[in-house]
Amino acid sequence: MNIVITKKDIDQINSCLNEMVSSSLAHSALLIDRSGQLIAHHGDTPEVDILSLSALTAANFEATVEIARILGEEEFTLLFHKGKNENVYFSAIGEHVILVTLFDDHTSLGLIRFHINKIIEELSIILASIFEKRKAPMK
Amino acid sequence: MPFINFSKDEIQCKIVYYGAGFCGKTTNLQYIFGTTKDDIRGKMVSIDTKGDRTLFFDFLSLNLGKIRGFDIRVQLYTVPGQVHYDATRKLVLKGVDGVVFVADSLKVQRKKNIESLINLAKNLAEKGISIRTIPLVIQYNKRDLDGTDSETLPIEILEKDLNSMLKAPSFSASALEGHGVFETLREISKLVVKDVSRKIMLVDKQLK
Repeated sequence: MNIVITKKDIDQINSCLNEMVSSSLAHSALLIDRSGQLIAHHGDTPEVDILSLSALTAANFEATVEIARILGEEEFTLLFHKGKNENVYFSAIGEHVILVTLFDDHTSLGLIRFHINKIIEELSIILASIFEKRKAPMK
Repeated sequence: MPFINFSKDEIQCKIVYYGAGFCGKTTNLQYIFGTTKDDIRGKMVSIDTKGDRTLFFDFLSLNLGKIRGFDIRVQLYTVPGQVHYDATRKLVLKGVDGVVFVADSLKVQRKKNIESLINLAKNLAEKGISIRTIPLVIQYNKRDLDGTDSETLPIEILEKDLNSMLKAPSFSASALEGHGVFETLREISKLVVKDVSRKIMLVDKQLK
């Protein structure tokens, strides 16, 4: 089982992330898979350790899935961490991918959520096609 | 589940260090972190308790260089060893491409090694992965205790206990002193990359 991402896939994903980041005034957005692998990153966060963030995000998200199950929910599809200066918003896209949006007080949670909701459907279609390819016979 | 990114010509793989509590999984990663150059590795992330026991996992990203024009990036994880953290171990195994099973050479840990290996096989099986087919390396750790007051098991006994069926490549090691750490890492990386390369060739064929 492997995930293959072509240049065309990445261009499409980056276009979505670019649109969301610039219109919501977020710092940056990361697309990661649920095992902690980074798929795409868009935005300006040179000081952030993106790979560690991806690994921790996946773990964090999966832990909350277990919490949800204990509470009788299938999963929590979004998470929000608020800091003094920096905030992180996590949204599940389908069953394999998490969108992580980093933002500060130059924007608001409402605006972030509004713009994420606008791109989620488009991202879901692109990602579904990537994960569908995985199911193709590999002989 | 390796990520093959044709846009960046990069392959990301996940290797998990598995084993009973206090067998030296974190020490392996700490040694690798402490002896590799900044430009090929990221920061080491550890989520542990005050008693230095891994609560969730340790994480270290390493760049292994190029193969067939692709940058190979491996992400090393450890699992918490204690029996009651099984749910966490299952989470960390998600998307795993290769496993290093770290066995504790101490005689008193004999039963725990076997239980942990059985637990690994069970947790992999739940994800549809066979312990017999996944890239796997076994490391017999704490060999520095040979000849001290601590009673250790001979390699032959450990092989018989843990590797008689699997026949996986195995290494003696002392993660504390560094002996055998890179030999183990090199072997599991080789096995994982070989496995991924086979998949790249298949993808190449499909794309042509």
